[in-house]
Amino acid sequence: MRYRRTWRASIVMSLGNPLLFLIGVGAGLGHLVDHHAPAQMAGVSYAAFFAPGLLAAAAMQTAFLESSGQIAGAAAPDGAYQSTVSTPLSPEQVMAGHMLYVAFRVLTSSAAFVLVMACFGLVSGARGVAMLLAATLTGLAFATPAAAWAVGVRVQRHITSAYRMLIMPLYMFSGTFFAVSELPGPIRVIVEALPLAQGVALCRSLALGTAGARAVAVHGAYLCVLIVAGFALARGAYRRRLHA
Amino acid sequence: MTTMLSPGPGNARPAEWAVRRALALVERNMMMYRRSVIPLAFGLVEPLMYLLTIGFGVGSLVGTVPGVNVRYPVFVAPAILATTAMNTAFNQTSFGVFTRIKVDLTYEAIVPTPLSATDIAVGEIASAVLNGLLTSAGFLLATTAMGLVASPGILLAVPAACLVSFAFAAAGLAVTTFLRDFPDFQLIQLVMLPMYLFGTTFYPLSTYPGWLRPLVEAMPLYQSIQLIRGPALGNFDGPTLAFATCYLAVFGAAAMIIATRRLGTLLLK
Repeated sequence: MRYRRTWRASIVMSLGNPLLFLIGVGAGLGHLVDHHAPAQMAGVSYAAFFAPGLLAAAAMQTAFLESSGQIAGAAAPDGAYQSTVSTPLSPEQVMAGHMLYVAFRVLTSSAAFVLVMACFGLVSGARGVAMLLAATLTGLAFATPAAAWAVGVRVQRHITSAYRMLIMPLYMFSGTFFAVSELPGPIRVIVEALPLAQGVALCRSLALGTAGARAVAVHGAYLCVLIVAGFALARGAYRRRLHA
Repeated sequence: MTTMLSPGPGNARPAEWAVRRALALVERNMMMYRRSVIPLAFGLVEPLMYLLTIGFGVGSLVGTVPGVNVRYPVFVAPAILATTAMNTAFNQTSFGVFTRIKVDLTYEAIVPTPLSATDIAVGEIASAVLNGLLTSAGFLLATTAMGLVASPGILLAVPAACLVSFAFAAAGLAVTTFLRDFPDFQLIQLVMLPMYLFGTTFYPLSTYPGWLRPLVEAMPLYQSIQLIRGPALGNFDGPTLAFATCYLAVFGAAAMIIATRRLGTLLLK
């Protein structure tokens, strides 16, 4: 509900940001890449390679910001959650409600992004829809664990630190800008196991039509496990904080 | 006894300023920083991440940059240095100052002292320049360690980073006096991010179609990059450097005049 008042500003972050990256990096830098190394890209333009990765990374970013930042604020002594304690809503219901809201935010901003991709001719039809689902799944895989953590955070600055120290490196190194296979051996194994790399791989394979049924199932299952585990942890964390 | 040595509270008029008084604010800001080195380290993490991801990661796909014939990371590093100076200084006088106005109420404690509004403006800009300089120097050391130095001309980046920091610190302060509340920072992002991405940080001007080039050239970040990248790659083009220097000096001075005027009415209303 409160979102109605602030949607303009958040659109700037969640949509404008990836859009600018898509044009600035995808098209601009892509120009240099396509010029130099078409062979390394396996016949795919850099923009077509970059866009699905960016979609997954943006979904993560939106989900993290909408989940952790708002939750830590709402859970504070003067936050919105205090007033829900005296209503019939249980802490679990408050949490589920917030997660629904995050899902809505990720879904809508990803949908807008997929539309833009379609306008650039980078994706079409059923692939776009599949990718949209994959992006939402990626976002939620960050939203529920972040909720479980953030509801107990008492210093708002920790959220910013986590964003810059955790989310930004994931954003940069999870195969968004360049293929994970370019990383040196041991780092590569670690990065591939991280959730964003899974989401990026899922979105990209769906967009480029290179998805194998087994790989999709593995990536999807990985993200679902994260969502469910985060959800379970968040239930407990909400109960502890709100009934403390 | 004809003169009073210590001026009473609020004696200085808003438009007057003195180096000694402005330095008091620089000292105050630096003291605050001593307790948390983290913001300074943060300032380095982001540019280094961009350098690794785009400079090396995507760079391996780019190879050498057409027109200048250097490896891609060598091409990108001086530009990221310019953006580091820009972002550090700008954040200090925008987000930092706005927090001091709205949340910390620092200036409410300063206004009754002999410091004038101009002292505050000069002090804030000076500490932002100092910060920008320190962070860019850190970045310069890191890139040198990575072997990304093409020419000794990179040393010119140090004074250049000061000028870039000054221009953007003044701009940040001027913008801050117009802000209403924290969500407005999103609007600033709407200007800063495109400039970061399109100010020829990651690819040369020749990538743009002809009609777009004047627009890019008008960006203060483009001029900052011109000032640093050319010498860093060993091209000393006098007119280009002179123009960039004048551009940034005028831009910074204009922003500073606006900032000082508006800060005076804002703080002493």
